[in-house]
Amino acid sequence: MAVLLIAEHNNKNLKPFTLNAITAASKIDPDVHVLVVGSGCENVAKEVAEVSLVKNVLLCDSPNYQNYLPENLAPLVIKQSEKYNHIVASANTFGKNFMPRVAAALDTSQVSDIIKVISPDTFVRPIYAGNAFATVKSNDKKKCVTIRPTSFEPAPKTGGSAQVEKVNAVDVPNFSKFIKREVTKSERPELGTARVVISGGRGLESGENFKLITDIADKLNAAVGASRAAVDAGYISNDHQVGQTGKVVVPDLYIAVGISGAIQHLAGMKESKIIVAINKDGEAPIFSIADYGLEADLFKALPELLSELNKLNTIQK
Amino acid sequence: MKILVAVKRVIDYNVQIRVKEDGSGVHSDNVKMSTNPPDDNAVEESVKLKESGKVKEVIAVSIGEDKAQETIRKALAVGADRGIHVKSEGYIEPLGIAKILKKVVEKEKPDMVFLGKQAIDDDCNQTGQMLAAMLNWPQSTFSSKITLKDKSLEVVREIDEGLETIEVNLPAVVTCDLRLNEPRYASLPNIMKAKKKPIEQIVAKDLGVDITNRVHQIKVEEPPKRKAGIKVSNVAELVSKLKNEAKVI
Repeated sequence: MAVLLIAEHNNKNLKPFTLNAITAASKIDPDVHVLVVGSGCENVAKEVAEVSLVKNVLLCDSPNYQNYLPENLAPLVIKQSEKYNHIVASANTFGKNFMPRVAAALDTSQVSDIIKVISPDTFVRPIYAGNAFATVKSNDKKKCVTIRPTSFEPAPKTGGSAQVEKVNAVDVPNFSKFIKREVTKSERPELGTARVVISGGRGLESGENFKLITDIADKLNAAVGASRAAVDAGYISNDHQVGQTGKVVVPDLYIAVGISGAIQHLAGMKESKIIVAINKDGEAPIFSIADYGLEADLFKALPELLSELNKLNTIQK
Repeated sequence: MKILVAVKRVIDYNVQIRVKEDGSGVHSDNVKMSTNPPDDNAVEESVKLKESGKVKEVIAVSIGEDKAQETIRKALAVGADRGIHVKSEGYIEPLGIAKILKKVVEKEKPDMVFLGKQAIDDDCNQTGQMLAAMLNWPQSTFSSKITLKDKSLEVVREIDEGLETIEVNLPAVVTCDLRLNEPRYASLPNIMKAKKKPIEQIVAKDLGVDITNRVHQIKVEEPPKRKAGIKVSNVAELVSKLKNEAKVI
């Protein structure tokens, strides 16, 4: 039996992390079927059908699913799950929201946030904010699994030629209502997939001072992140938070500025390839995981960094 | 109205986790324990709703060994009215916890169940959603602002792209984000008063639900350690290292 993956999209385009989840799904079972559920999302289904590794696409197009309310999504996924051994989705706010509803209805114990597939029933997942890795084996017949996208490479967007099969909508309970979504718009790369991330912490002291961070982000074509302390203090919006309860990022270069390195922040960035820490406190825990540490006052160091970067002839994008 | 708020006793978030050498788990003996942080937000929000006059009673429930009562006492000390301790041994998965909570909900008939969005020990992020599904109630996860209306809740949720506002009919399950509120500290007089508040004890296995774990933990390991890096003396050296040594800019 095949694996059913629930695609994340905005009814127009596929969200990039679905590609990473497709790779993970293919390691569970090469027969990867993708359910595209939404409203007016036919183009997304076509996009998914072209993704390498995808063998079949199920399209359920109905106004019921326009805003992906979990109360509406779950009954459809449960109905479609009959023919599958595994139901999988990304472990982000999309997958985390609906998947446990599906698992509970199927009386299945969900395996959350896997970072490695050992076999179709055995997975590795981080626990305690990534301070330990647990290898777990699911004894459930039908398995619900969410995937940490940054732990898997994205599947190639082309090379596939799957059929798109239409499936019918099912009744929805009508006890929850979508009101609005405030999407933070940014010209910069998305935090979850950026090659370079520069993050600010409480050391920035104000929201205005984040300009020191964004100036360098623009120079490096980097995404802007933040510690929970900076978000809680209101310096920057929540969607920038990196950490155990924020986003997990694995960029080639992570620059932590004015961030002490609380356990919960490290959980979101310590798998980055190169870590730079700039902090005036030489004892800050962030230095213990940084490849390059600069003990300095960030208000002096960041303008200097910008001027040094300006001197470079070329910068990788 | 009535709120049931679920609290979990976990290793304190400031404790450096140590993995056991035999791979069976992490050290938890003689380690500081406290309430799972977002559960504190769930308690705070419940108490605030009670103070607003719209909610009459807040019941704190915890599942676990006898020491789980400390977590309930803490909730009572900041304003919950009474507690329910479901006594159990060992680790129970979110699926089992949700089944136990469903039984408590059926008995207490609350209008809302509040929980933290995620426990910081197993990091599963499942229990609230599972409970909502089992009760066939709507849910609001990652909630950072809650407005109680006559028969519904309007909730702002933190999602990857930004913020989402939804309305859920009551009864509903709400999982709370750390930014929902600022949990208060218990005053000494209130800690003393909390000792007199009742905690009912129920034994998990008497509830008649199957809480056998389905996911077997084979081993627990330390994650790969990062190699210690170097300190650079100035910004120019940093940029040179990034350009020529790490080759990332």
